[in-house]
Amino acid sequence: MATKVHMEALSPTMEEGRLVKWTKHEGDPVKSGDTLAEVETDKAVMELVARADGQLLKVMVPEGTTVPVGNVVAWIGKPGEKVDGDGAAAPAPKSAPAPEPQKRAPSAVRSAPETPPQPAPIAPTDATRVKASPLARRMAKEAGVDLKLVQGSGPGGRVVKRDVESAPATEVQRTAPGALRTPLEGAPRTPYEDVPLTQIRKTIAKRLAASIGPIPHFFLTTEIDMERAAEAREALNKQLGEEGGKISFNDIVIKAVALALVQHRACNAWFQEDHIRYWNEVHIGMAVAIEDGLITPVIRNADLKSLREIGAESRELAARARSRRLKPEEYTGATFSVSNLGMFDIDQFTAVINPPEAGIVAIGSIAAKAVPEGDRVVVRRRMRATMSCDHRVIDGATGAAYMKTLKQMLENPLAMVL
Amino acid sequence: MATFDVIILGGGPAGYVCAIRCAQLGLATAVVEQEKLGGVCVNIGCIPTKALLHSAYIANLLKESKEFGVEAGNVTTDYGVAMKRSRRVSDQNSKGVEFLMKKNKITVVKGTGVLQPGKKVKVGSDVYEAKKAVVIATGSRVKGIPPIGLEINKTTVISSDEALLMERVPASLAIIGAGAVGMEFADIFNAFGVKVTVIEALPRILPLEDAEASDTLNKSYRKRGIEVIAGAKVTKANVGKDKVTLDVEAGGEKKQVTAAAVLMAAGRAVNIENIGLKECGIQLTERGFIKVDKNLQTSTAGYYAIGDVAGPPMLAHKGSREGVVVAELIAGQKPHPIKYDNVPSVTYCHPEVASIGLTEDQCKEQKLDYVAGKFPFSANGRARGTGETEGFVKILRDKKYGEILGAHIVGSHASEMIHELAVARENEYTVEEVELAIHAHPTMSEAIAQAALDSLGRVIDT
Repeated sequence: MATKVHMEALSPTMEEGRLVKWTKHEGDPVKSGDTLAEVETDKAVMELVARADGQLLKVMVPEGTTVPVGNVVAWIGKPGEKVDGDGAAAPAPKSAPAPEPQKRAPSAVRSAPETPPQPAPIAPTDATRVKASPLARRMAKEAGVDLKLVQGSGPGGRVVKRDVESAPATEVQRTAPGALRTPLEGAPRTPYEDVPLTQIRKTIAKRLAASIGPIPHFFLTTEIDMERAAEAREALNKQLGEEGGKISFNDIVIKAVALALVQHRACNAWFQEDHIRYWNEVHIGMAVAIEDGLITPVIRNADLKSLREIGAESRELAARARSRRLKPEEYTGATFSVSNLGMFDIDQFTAVINPPEAGIVAIGSIAAKAVPEGDRVVVRRRMRATMSCDHRVIDGATGAAYMKTLKQMLENPLAMVL
Repeated sequence: MATFDVIILGGGPAGYVCAIRCAQLGLATAVVEQEKLGGVCVNIGCIPTKALLHSAYIANLLKESKEFGVEAGNVTTDYGVAMKRSRRVSDQNSKGVEFLMKKNKITVVKGTGVLQPGKKVKVGSDVYEAKKAVVIATGSRVKGIPPIGLEINKTTVISSDEALLMERVPASLAIIGAGAVGMEFADIFNAFGVKVTVIEALPRILPLEDAEASDTLNKSYRKRGIEVIAGAKVTKANVGKDKVTLDVEAGGEKKQVTAAAVLMAAGRAVNIENIGLKECGIQLTERGFIKVDKNLQTSTAGYYAIGDVAGPPMLAHKGSREGVVVAELIAGQKPHPIKYDNVPSVTYCHPEVASIGLTEDQCKEQKLDYVAGKFPFSANGRARGTGETEGFVKILRDKKYGEILGAHIVGSHASEMIHELAVARENEYTVEEVELAIHAHPTMSEAIAQAALDSLGRVIDT
C-alpha cells in the first residue's frame, strides 16, 4: 500500500510550511532518508525527507503552496500502485499560485482536463460569498440588487427568487438604520426579539472580527485646524452658487486623504498573506451607514478627481448604498478608507481597518475651540483625525509622517491645488 | 384507552409516509386503515395499472417485433394473466408497507376510524387518543355521474376498481374521461384487443397538459385504432344488461356510442363522509375538500389533513410530501414549504406524457414574456434506435431571466426524464444551467438539453 508523505513540523513552533521546491518528481525512485522537497517554515528553509522506499507516485501540492502541518503532500509506493483517498487527502492550499494538480493516479484512465480558471466571481473574497440560486443571481444582477444584502430563505440560507423579488418591498418597510422596529400597539410584549443575521451583518461580523483580532492595530490622533479649509469651502460653494453640487467637509477630507497617500505610498497598501501590495492608484473607501449595517463604496482614483467630482460621486454612491443598489465592483477594491462620524458630534474615535487595506482615518466633528495663537487665545474650528494602522504594513513613524502630511494639507488647502 | 403522539387516519401514500417520518422523529405513531395498507395507489391505482401498462407495452412491442428482426409468431393476449400478475405486484407493495410499519414500530389499527373531539379516534368500540396530533389522510374514490344514468353498477358501468380485477376483457369499452386514468386504461385495453372509445367533455384529451402534448397523444391513439371524441357531452345513457348505449354530442353533431361496458374515469370524490369531521368542527372548502392552512392544519387545532382530502392535485407524490412536512411540523421542525407549482404530473400511457410547471396556454393567459424551445424525438439518435420516435421535449422559459416556467415531455420514458427538470426548477436553475450539464450520448435525455438550447436559439441537432 502506498505511504502518505505529510507536511512535518520541522520546527517546534511550525504550524504550516510553504513548499518551496520539489527536489524529487513524480516517477522518481526514492529511498527512506532522501530529500523530497524544500520547505520554508516560520524560521528557515528545511528539508522534507522520505520515510519510505519506492517511487514518488504522486505530488499533491504544487510548489509555492502553503500547507498546514499534517496534511498529505505526496504519496510514495510501488510503481503503478493506485493512490487511495485522493480527494479526502488533498490539502486546502492557503494560497495556491498554481491550480491544484490532478488528483488521479498516473496509471489511472485518461485524466480529466484541468479545472478551468474560475469565471469572475460575484464577490471577490470568501467573506462576501453569497449562496444564491442561478435564477436569483440573474434577477439580482438585472435589477441591481446586491445579493449580500438579501436575507436568503432557501435551504441553508440560499437566496432564491422570492427573496430577490421581495427585496425592494421590504426595504420600504424598514425603519432607521440599526433601529429595531417598535412592537405594534397591543401586540404581546416579549423580553427580546431574535433577528436573524442578514448577509451583510454576517459579512461585517466575519470581516471585522478578522480585522481587530489578528491585525495588530495602533492608533495615531492629531487635531487639525480646519479654519482655512472651512473658509475655502465657503468660498467655493459661493462660487458654485446656484449650480448646485455643493462641496462638503467630507469631500475635502477624502481629497486630502488621497493626495497625502500619493506622497506616502507606504500607507497605500494591502497586506496579503505572503506579500504586501503597494498600490500606485489611490482608491478611497468611504464608510456609509446603511440599513442594518455599513458599506464602503469606493471613490476610485480620488487623488486625480476634483472636489466637485468627488462631491458628486460620493453623494451618488452614498444614496445608492442606502437604497442597496451598489454593484459589487463599487464597494470593493479600496486601497485606504475614511470613516466620518463628525455629523454625530463625535469628537474622536478609532475605526476598524477593512482588510486587506492597511489603514483607515476616522474623522471627528468640527468644533470651535479656544486655541493659543502667539500670546493670545483665538477661537478656531478644529477637527480630530485618528488613523488606525496595520502594524504589519505601517510602522509608527510611517503612519505619523502620513498624518503630518494630511494635517498640513487640510490646514493649508491651497496645497491641494499644487 | 391507548394513547399515541400521532394518529393517522388512512394508510395510503400520504398517511403511511407521514407515519414513517413521525416514527423517524421519535413520535409514537398509529395508522388506522380499513383496507390494505398502501391505499388506492398501491392496491387499486398507480401500482397495478403500471403493471398492466407494461403488459400492454409488451403486447404492442411484439406486434412490431418483426421489423426488429425478431419474430414472435402469432401474439395472443390474456388479460386474466396480466391482471393476476398486477395483483401480485400490488400485494408485494402492500406487504412492503406492512413491513415498513413494523420496522418503524408503527401501530397499525385495522378498521374504520372516526374522529372525535379532543384529538381522539374511535375504531369500532375502541378509542385512541393522540397527544400531539391527528392526521386525516382518508384519500379519495372513483365517482360516477348518476344524473345521466351512469351509476356505477360494477358490470356494465364500471370504475377502475372493477377494470383492475377483470378476468376477461369486454369486446368493446367506452371510457368517459380522458385524464390520466382514462388514457391509461384506453392504452391497456386497446393492447388487449378491445375496441376502445374515449369520450372527454373538455375540448381535448389530457386537458390539464400542454395542448401540443394532447395533440401528439391524440394522433398516436388514433393511429392505434382508439377512437377519441373530445369536447363531447354525454346527454343520455341507456344501460342494458350486456351493453350500454350513450348519446353523445360533439362539435354540433349527435352520435351514439355503443359498448359492452363503460368505464367511468371522470374525477374522484374525497372520502370525507362519516369520519367525524363535523363533530370535531373541521370545515370544508367550497369544492368539498378539507380546509387547511399553509401548515396543512384544519380549522380545528391539532387536526391536520394531507393527500387527496386536502385538495388538488390529487397525486400520490403530492400526498407523500405533505405527509413528510406535517410530520416535521408536528415534531416542531421547520420544514421547507411545499412548492405546489413544482409537482410533476405523469400519464403512463404510450407514449408517456410528463410535465411540470405551466403549459404554453397558461403562459399566454398570464401574459408572461416567454420563449418556447422544442426538440422532437424523431431527431434523437437513441429514440431512432429503439423505434420510439413519437413525441418531443418542450421547455418554456422566461425571456428575460431564463427561468424554466414549464416543461413538457411526450415520449418513451418521459416519466423518468421529467425529474431533471423538476430538480432544475426546485433549485432555480435556468435553461442555461440545464444545457451546461453534459448529457450522455446517445440518450433520450439529450432532447432536454437540445430543447433548452432551442429556447436560447442555438439548437445543435435540428
